[in-house]
Amino acid sequence: MISSTLEKYQTVAIEDVKVWYKAALVNKFPKNGGACVKYKEKQIAVFNFTREGNWYACQNLCPHKMEMVLSRGMIGEENLEPKIACPLHKNTFSLKTGENLNGSLGAIATYPVRIIDGYVYIGFSE
Amino acid sequence: MKTIIVVGNGMVGYKFCEKFIAHENSKNFKLVVFGEEPRAAYDRVHLSEFFANRDAKALELASLDWYTDNNIDLIIKERVTDIHRDKQTVTTASDKEYSYDYLVLATGSAPFVPPITGVEKEGVFVYRTIEDLEDMLAYAEKIKSRKSNGKAAVLGGGLLGLEAGKAVMDMGLEPHVVEYAPKLMPRQLDARSSNVLQLTLESMGIQIHTGKATNRILGNGVITGMDFGEDDTLEVDMLVVSAGIRPRDELARTCDLEMGVRGGIMVNNKMQTSDPKIFAIGEVALYNQMIYGLVAPGYEMAEVAVNQILENHNVAMQKEIDMSTKLKLIGVDVASFGVPYMPADKGLSIIYENKTKGIYKRINVSHDGKTLLGGIMVGDAGDYSILHQMYLNNMPLPDNAEELIVGARGEGGSAFGSAMDLPDSAVICSCEAVTKGAICCSVLDDGNETVKSVSKATKAGTGCGGCKPMLTDLVTESLKSLGKTVKNSICEHFNYSRQELYDIVKTRGIKDYDELLDTVGTGHGCEICKPVSAGIFASIYNETANKQETIQDSNDRYLANIQRNGTYSVVPRVAGGEITPKQLMALGRIAQKYDLYSKITGGQRIDLFGAKLHELPLIWEELIAEGFETGQAYGKSLRTVKSCVGSTWCRYGMDESVSFAIEIENRYKGIRSPHKLKGGVSGCIRECAEARCKDFGFIAVEGGWNVYVGGNGGANPRHAELLVEKVDKKTAMTYVDRFIMFYIKTAQPLQRTAAWLEKLEGGITYLQNVVMNDSLGIVSELDAEMQAYVDTYKCEWKEAVENPEIRSRYTHFVNSEEEDDNIEFVSLRDQKMPKEWV
Ligand code: SRM
Ligand SMILES: Cc1cc2nc3c(=O)[nH]c(=O)nc-3n(C[C@H](O)[C@H](O)[C@H](O)COP(=O)(O)OP(=O)(O)OC[C@H]3O[C@@H](n4cnc5c(N)ncnc54)[C@H](O)[C@@H]3O)c2cc1C
Ligand code: SF4
Ligand code: FES
Repeated sequence: MISSTLEKYQTVAIEDVKVWYKAALVNKFPKNGGACVKYKEKQIAVFNFTREGNWYACQNLCPHKMEMVLSRGMIGEENLEPKIACPLHKNTFSLKTGENLNGSLGAIATYPVRIIDGYVYIGFSE
Repeated sequence: MKTIIVVGNGMVGYKFCEKFIAHENSKNFKLVVFGEEPRAAYDRVHLSEFFANRDAKALELASLDWYTDNNIDLIIKERVTDIHRDKQTVTTASDKEYSYDYLVLATGSAPFVPPITGVEKEGVFVYRTIEDLEDMLAYAEKIKSRKSNGKAAVLGGGLLGLEAGKAVMDMGLEPHVVEYAPKLMPRQLDARSSNVLQLTLESMGIQIHTGKATNRILGNGVITGMDFGEDDTLEVDMLVVSAGIRPRDELARTCDLEMGVRGGIMVNNKMQTSDPKIFAIGEVALYNQMIYGLVAPGYEMAEVAVNQILENHNVAMQKEIDMSTKLKLIGVDVASFGVPYMPADKGLSIIYENKTKGIYKRINVSHDGKTLLGGIMVGDAGDYSILHQMYLNNMPLPDNAEELIVGARGEGGSAFGSAMDLPDSAVICSCEAVTKGAICCSVLDDGNETVKSVSKATKAGTGCGGCKPMLTDLVTESLKSLGKTVKNSICEHFNYSRQELYDIVKTRGIKDYDELLDTVGTGHGCEICKPVSAGIFASIYNETANKQETIQDSNDRYLANIQRNGTYSVVPRVAGGEITPKQLMALGRIAQKYDLYSKITGGQRIDLFGAKLHELPLIWEELIAEGFETGQAYGKSLRTVKSCVGSTWCRYGMDESVSFAIEIENRYKGIRSPHKLKGGVSGCIRECAEARCKDFGFIAVEGGWNVYVGGNGGANPRHAELLVEKVDKKTAMTYVDRFIMFYIKTAQPLQRTAAWLEKLEGGITYLQNVVMNDSLGIVSELDAEMQAYVDTYKCEWKEAVENPEIRSRYTHFVNSEEEDDNIEFVSLRDQKMPKEWV
């Protein structure tokens, strides 16, 4: 069951977006922090990286112990790479590529984010 | 293009690959690696860590991608079964054939299982691979589900056996170690040190049986005990055999390579076997008629083989292989180096023994008193690295050689000078063979300024980590010699130590994290500097974690401790451990309503586990209505002040410890500090509250209170030191106020008071002068700051439930009321627990 949970999450490149899902109002997301969005069977962590002026989205599932927690983690930056640190054991992942920065876990899936008229949209390929 | 086949993807096989691809002309070769295990090479040396974290990934030396990225064909789960020297090919278990130009055998060794009747029974294990550990864990669970007092024995009291002993203890079984020789670690320790070690292990709960020859394994298909003959038996439910290793030389045997009489593939100092196209490295190689069961010689062999194949013929194996070892048994220091013990005609020994403290140190010195020949340390191996270096580098000894082990150390002096006195050729990191010269160059010439960057550049300290303290000293000293001060900068975003940042925030009146980054930092912050800054803001402004929630550590952010499955725990304050029946019923009612797992904690209060994020404000609202407030179990702040019943009830009590504990707990609650703070108050010197294991403790004595500070339980237990004797309550409290404030201002991030006091120059005497004699002239400031804390305390959970904006943070989804469907509980003794991690 676990591996199938993980397989649900595949990185979506901006050119492959078929659906822009309107998730929530911008002000629902803490500054320089994240919150979790439900889209069909998926849990997506969305981060409002105010300091950088960027938004990022990735799977909420931490591949280390398969818990739905990444949205509650702390964001930051390492050598200019924006990253998220899991709240459980502080494994860190690039918010751009999903790559695990401090270990050799598999990469997490990332998704494009767009802001239109004060709403946060997340891009999915299906 | 030529092909090199490596058989065995263990530690040494992996090191061969790593070293090989680092060479420029390695591009002309194709590397094909076979590994029989179901995963890529991992760190066997730290295998026991698997018991604690069950995380095979964490042990991995390199990911599968690493092999692909470096153009290495790694074929795992495939055993090589034959070598055809005439055709230069190998065949594998799945009957495929591969040809080679060079063949490297790195097949390691297998545990030796003595031919005792009954060893094949269920419940008998060896200790070598992750699969062995998984099997042991599963079996231990089975035992534990059957009975609560399961026992496990380890056959063999050597280095590995003791490690296995600790492992079975951590699995929750009663550990026994059975050794054939009359003493533990017979090869490394003399009789007296072995005895000291035995006493220490026994006090940790590991039972030792020396001088026992196991005749038979008892049981009907399943192990139930061990028979030592003459009606001497030991009942056990599980056995781990750790009786030495045997080289896995079966491949070499079948193709007639030259072998040692007792096994192992013979190699010369080029690591070549009797067939010059075939090399053998690691634990399968017999060099100088010896098998070296350690990873450092194996790594050196890999280096030699790489160079020989690439035709750098002058890189060869040294004659003398250093077999010094430091046991990494958590809880006891054990190390031996050089010749650990010897008869008196070979050298003189200096021995220091303190059985009450479990310490034994021995050094062996040449007859002329000039050279160190070897030594042993049990109980305190702090000086191992430097003594080991003196031995390796033949350094001159001080006139009074005994100072090396007893010495004027305690008084601040050191008999050794510093690591900088070592010759440049001294190998500091033996795993990666990095010399002192290379480390210093990396700082002096290449401009590396932190231990991390030196480690990255030289690889020093990336193996077993044993050289870290010395590496740190060398980096620090080299920086000093450049006239640079050594920065304890907290991360890449702030070039300041915690204490400096604290002063900056305070003197410049900086109000929040963004402002701090913009004024004295760079970039956008990270998971290291954010919580440190959060702690500083909290300490200076006594602000709650609700104000800047996204810079708080996981637990502070939601004012609750995050659990294994992403749910949270709830811990209300129960000051001094005193609780009314009515409050107990309220807790019971609320716990039942929200179906929370309930447990009495080690800190005299009650922890309710398994609350989902959205339930937290609901639960706390009810608790607050019943008069509870937050226990800050999540914060770097005061946890509990543990009390004994004291003179209110106890026939020995000298004063009212409960009342005092409640007063103290309410005084310090909520204060944020570099690490958590714990207190204790005992009513007499019987010390039932364990006040001397706490950051601060009070013990009632005839004529007043004794005050202790800087104690710690946890990972590195340390007894608190006496700050002052027989003072009244008010005075006792004032001194502790100042102690806490001084600590808050000056400690490193996540440094408990114990570690802080240990590092404080001048130690307890200095501290006494600061808080009692006002030697720094700061006590009025410290007193005022403490009073400000006490006056501005508020319960942050009350704030959270009453403020709709804060309350709205407690939902799993922003766009749905649904719950996280990934959370699963299973039942446990009429309560519940998170489902196992896979
Ligand atoms: C619940 C409790 C265990 C229990 O069931 O009894 C516990 C649970 C945790 N302890 Fe503890 N410790 C508990 C008493 C202790 C004690 C005993 C005591 O306080 O008398 C100690 C040793 C005493 C000491 O601290 O000196 C203790 C030493 C630690 C340490 C090691 C600290 C050290 O300096 O080495 C950690 C790790 C850390 O803080 O970095 C730790 C960390 C933890 C954490 C917070 C780990 C985490 O971050 O998730 C655990 C949180 C569980 C949770 O979610 O509630 N816990 N922990 C105890 C809570 C007491 C309370 O009422 O607040
Ligand atoms: C619990 C434990 C603790 C230890 N602690 C320390 C320590 O503190 N310090 C220290 O220096 N050393 C320690 N060691 C020893 C250290 O792990 C070994 O010295 C080191 O692993 C040897 O490396 P190797 O590559 O020669 O053998 P291994 O790591 O055993 O690797 C050999 C590999 O080859 C594979 N293989 C064998 N035959 C074939 C075949 N025919 N085809 C394909 N694959 C094959 C095996 O499956 C294995 O994966 C410890 C060992 C254990 C088990
Ligand atoms: S409660 Fe404490 S000792 Fe127990 S597992 Fe957690 S951190 Fe370790
Ligand atoms: S679960 Fe995310 S780091 Fe362990």
